[in-house]
Amino acid sequence: MKNRSLVSIDDFSSEEITEVLDMAADFEKKPVRKLLEGKVIATLFFEPSTRTRLSFESAINRLGGKVVGFSDVSSSSVTKGETLHDTIRMVCSYSDLIVMRHPIEGSARYASEIASVPVVNAGDGANQHPTQTMLDLYSIRKTQGKLENLNIFMVGDLKYGRTVHSLMMAMSRWNATFNFISPEELRMPEEFKLYLDNLGLKYYEHTDFTDIISRADIIYMTRVQKERFSDPIEYEKVKNVYVLKNSMLANTKPNMRILHPLPRVNEINTDVDANPKAYYFEQALNGVFTRQAILCTLLGINIRED
Amino acid sequence: MKEPKQLSVSAIQNGTVIDHIPARNLFKVIQILGLDRIDHQITFGTNLESKKLGKKAIIKIADKFFEDDDINRIALVAPDAKLNIIRGYEVVEKKVVEVPDTIVGIAKCMNPKCITNFEPVTTRFRVVSKKNVSLKCHYCEKITNQENLQII
Repeated sequence: MKNRSLVSIDDFSSEEITEVLDMAADFEKKPVRKLLEGKVIATLFFEPSTRTRLSFESAINRLGGKVVGFSDVSSSSVTKGETLHDTIRMVCSYSDLIVMRHPIEGSARYASEIASVPVVNAGDGANQHPTQTMLDLYSIRKTQGKLENLNIFMVGDLKYGRTVHSLMMAMSRWNATFNFISPEELRMPEEFKLYLDNLGLKYYEHTDFTDIISRADIIYMTRVQKERFSDPIEYEKVKNVYVLKNSMLANTKPNMRILHPLPRVNEINTDVDANPKAYYFEQALNGVFTRQAILCTLLGINIRED
Repeated sequence: MKEPKQLSVSAIQNGTVIDHIPARNLFKVIQILGLDRIDHQITFGTNLESKKLGKKAIIKIADKFFEDDDINRIALVAPDAKLNIIRGYEVVEKKVVEVPDTIVGIAKCMNPKCITNFEPVTTRFRVVSKKNVSLKCHYCEKITNQENLQII
């Protein structure tokens, strides 16, 4: 597994994903372990993402590794016109692994081909964000006790939301049933529905956010962003339709949990926060454990030996 | 009585004839095969009548024989192309083109936010559909389909 990178969740087999999730569960029991002592991890954030960066840096620090990097391109040589190619070549000589967030799609795959050290994609534009998917999978498995045969509801922006696309593709490995709830303008793109058709998996599309959610094992909420709409009137019409309120949860299953990649705006009413079915803040914490597991996996560190 | 077959483009003694090229893609085929940069005698005809394609084009290249891997590169723009290998004015072999599984460095990714449109990266695609050519970018993972296909 030398110089293995994680660019897309599809880079890992189902067995490898399960191993990462098992390792993350070990880190949840005991998060502080000096497994990265003497290692330097580069965190290159070509576009700001406080949440993801802090989660990675927290994971690295708990493992005793050191972090170099930047959180804003204005403080890097990119502003001098350096290509991504040259930046990556340079950073490889300073670090044992690169965590990169970049606004251009495909930049992570490209970086992984240039780099002599493993690359972890922390988001490449609208393309992939596999560590988010991994922590979503961890949260689902932890709350449901399994990944198989679950009924997953995805709500909000299903057209542009890369987290829902990656999660859908990942969950399709475990025979999930999907329900998509979105405004007409933000429906799940054809290519993804075709993907499910080819696998023979069931999915249902809804434009109304109704009691249908009583069937859900997981409700995955996303933000409906104003800038996604060509017509501002359309946004005004739908912005309050896809809001989850505590009163709507009355008939939902006891095992049901609500996930959200965060940050939320108004799509989950704050009266939901106190409901034990709200899981989005724990979900964020799980991100640290899964990132610890991903870093160790890519660096070939076996945690059982510590 | 059979009508004498008229050749719109004169015959060659030895070489390759590429027939059934969609007329609008003639120059793309020339570009992909690099015919604009070789010294061989080349004749071509375009906007010729074709029952199958409407308007077709044909290229005859004297003393030139292609490897299959080279010729399959034109499958993106001329999926129905047929090759006749000519020796001594006779057709000695016929070939059809086949869309390869991967396309390297021929097509442009239609996603304006793809890294291949920002840095000098050789494009790479996996062919997800061979019939109505549909390409998945190795980098940004977006689909480029036939209508949006641009040859570099």
